[in-house]
Amino acid sequence: MKLVTTNFRPSQTFTVSVLAAAGAIAGLLVGTSQGSTLLGLVIGAALLAALAFGAMAMEDQERPIRWAILIGFGLIGFLIGGVSAGVVGLLFGWFFGWFIYWIGKGRYRAHLVPYLTPGQVLWHYAFRVICGAIFIFLITPILVVMPLSFNAEDFFTFTPEMLRFDPEGYSLKHYQDFFTNSDWQLSFRNSLIIAPIATIISVSLGTLAAIGLSQSHVPGRRAIMAILISPMIVPLIISATGMFFFYSQIGLFLENDIGLSKTFVGYVKIILAHAVLGIPFVIITVTATLVGFDRSLTRAAANMGANPVTTFFRVQMPLILPGVISGALFAFITSFDEVVVVLFVGSARQKTLPWQMFTGLREQISPTILAVATILVVISIALLTVVELLRRRSERLRGMSPG
Amino acid sequence: MTTTKILMATTALSMAAGLASAQEMANDMTLVSWGGAYQKSQVNAYADPYKEMNPEVNIVWDESSAEAVAKLRAMNEAGNVTWDLVDVTAASAIRLCDEGLAMEYDPEELLEPAPDGTSAEDDFGDLIVSDCFIPQIVYSTTFGYRTDMVGDTPPDDICDVFDLETYPGKRSLEKRPINNMEWALLCDGVPKDEVYDVLATDEGQEQALAKLGTIKDQVVWWSAGADTPQLLADGEIVMGSTYNGRLFSVIEEQDQPVAMLWDAQVFDLDGWIIPAGLAEERLARVKDFVRFATDTQRLADQAKWISYGPARASSAPLVGEHAELGIDMAPHMPTDPENAKNTFLYNYEFWADYRDDIDAKFQAWLAQ
Repeated sequence: MKLVTTNFRPSQTFTVSVLAAAGAIAGLLVGTSQGSTLLGLVIGAALLAALAFGAMAMEDQERPIRWAILIGFGLIGFLIGGVSAGVVGLLFGWFFGWFIYWIGKGRYRAHLVPYLTPGQVLWHYAFRVICGAIFIFLITPILVVMPLSFNAEDFFTFTPEMLRFDPEGYSLKHYQDFFTNSDWQLSFRNSLIIAPIATIISVSLGTLAAIGLSQSHVPGRRAIMAILISPMIVPLIISATGMFFFYSQIGLFLENDIGLSKTFVGYVKIILAHAVLGIPFVIITVTATLVGFDRSLTRAAANMGANPVTTFFRVQMPLILPGVISGALFAFITSFDEVVVVLFVGSARQKTLPWQMFTGLREQISPTILAVATILVVISIALLTVVELLRRRSERLRGMSPG
Repeated sequence: MTTTKILMATTALSMAAGLASAQEMANDMTLVSWGGAYQKSQVNAYADPYKEMNPEVNIVWDESSAEAVAKLRAMNEAGNVTWDLVDVTAASAIRLCDEGLAMEYDPEELLEPAPDGTSAEDDFGDLIVSDCFIPQIVYSTTFGYRTDMVGDTPPDDICDVFDLETYPGKRSLEKRPINNMEWALLCDGVPKDEVYDVLATDEGQEQALAKLGTIKDQVVWWSAGADTPQLLADGEIVMGSTYNGRLFSVIEEQDQPVAMLWDAQVFDLDGWIIPAGLAEERLARVKDFVRFATDTQRLADQAKWISYGPARASSAPLVGEHAELGIDMAPHMPTDPENAKNTFLYNYEFWADYRDDIDAKFQAWLAQ
């Protein structure tokens, strides 16, 4: 049985001082935004200390007191700055109502082993807070663009209407622009043409290279490997400059000597360039999977009369498929996200989504970019979810537990 | 095995889809412009009507005018110019022409005469500043200010930009010496007709930078024309310089509390150049388009969409109302007499000679 602490009660001084400190921090934030840092700090500390004292005196009335704190904070917020501040106030109220009792009734020790020192308890929670802060740090920039993409104005600004949650301040017009504007549609189509084909090329070549390089008898394996993954290491702008001149020559040859159309050649150039950028990712992931691949399986297959091609598709491929698929995902994202090489190698007919976003951001700061970004984030989440679900399903079918 | 089949099928399908859509367009004409409201005005005024008359031509827009000079150089070096017509400022056109990257043209042969028979050369007049430059519009760089942040006395003088006491708050200026140096000297007591003489000397350049230094810590430096409108809409700045068409869009189309400060606006020109060395078939197509896009009616039509003055004298009387808002466009033109009471003429020759030198000093000063 797990050892847990029950009936632990901190001293009242401890409760009140912790709450005063928390109130001081919250008051600091509110005070700064209202123009008086020091005043906010003092009021916050005093208010929370008083609340903690009062709540502890009537601790059997937990539910009504928490409601009172929630509504009280919401009202204060509403009086200071309208509806949006009211919502923030409600959040504060909910948090402090919970926090007072969490500290005051010693619930913070409820799930911990009793022999922990106060320092260890503090670290236990500090660690979680730090992790949460890092998570917020990573995710907030992405979340911030989402509401802005529904802005009714053509600027990257939270308008007063938006902050008041007035429906007037929101609109879908930037989404409409994305789906009707021919520039955005052209670039979206181009991305959907270029990324999959480049992915298929890099997966085929990268997988073959990885299998070849994992054979121990290949001479100069390390050197070849280093060259193959160099596009990932060389700064992109340098690869792009080289590619620009290299593919210009190839393009001229294809157009003038073979007679292909300019548009078609333009696509070929970008697809090849993106395939080059994607290959290192496939090589790395497939090589990693091949480390765990049992060579005796291919020998057994050969023993039974299968030729190398059959062996590859029937025996090796299914086993290294997870590596191939994650390599393919990386290659796809590389091509789908790539702007530097496209700007160099492509012409306007081949402009991709990142190109359009880049020029759009520079020439006209239009929230259509945010709408596109939101759509792309949703698509990426959907893609990753699908891949994860497929992986779990196949593991279930193979009788393994997901994990 | 199913995985293999699925993989094969996807490969075949996406290849086929890619090939099909890549082959459909062979008659592409790539026009390079600035994006935003300006490009929209070109699409509405020239490109869409032209496509209606010539449905076989497919116009592709490339928003690369900002780096047109560098890109055109690289394309030329690689022997693969993918652009057919490039929208650049007059200064860039002069550079491209000098380097042989833009094609010289004969106005009489290429451009339509005015409806009353005036030759194109006379109709455009002095605005053909280079043998390669096909003028389109006159625009100006000027200031906009937040009407709700300047109190009861809105700024009406360029020197109010340097007056931190009456108009406290941030202002935005372009991150380059051009225009800023001239404005600084004007507000430091240098008479208008001596500005370039003073600016040609080291002391004059120091003087201009010193004047800019008085507001340096209150300046937000912009590099894209869209920056100042965004900053004004955010209320992050009190006033800021940008192209007058962008300010028009902020004020009239986006309904922001912003007004124009036309004093000492600096006129500049924008127009087309045809890259040198186009193949005959492409050149013929582009010439046909340019002839159409720069005729009197088309240039006047462009002013329905954006508040830039048409480059042809014969277009001016045809400027009418905004196509969507229905307001009279004439009072919003930089060339309108009411707005052009005090204008400043950008000196191409001076900047062609001194640009690199003053640029270096300005950047060094910025970094201090």
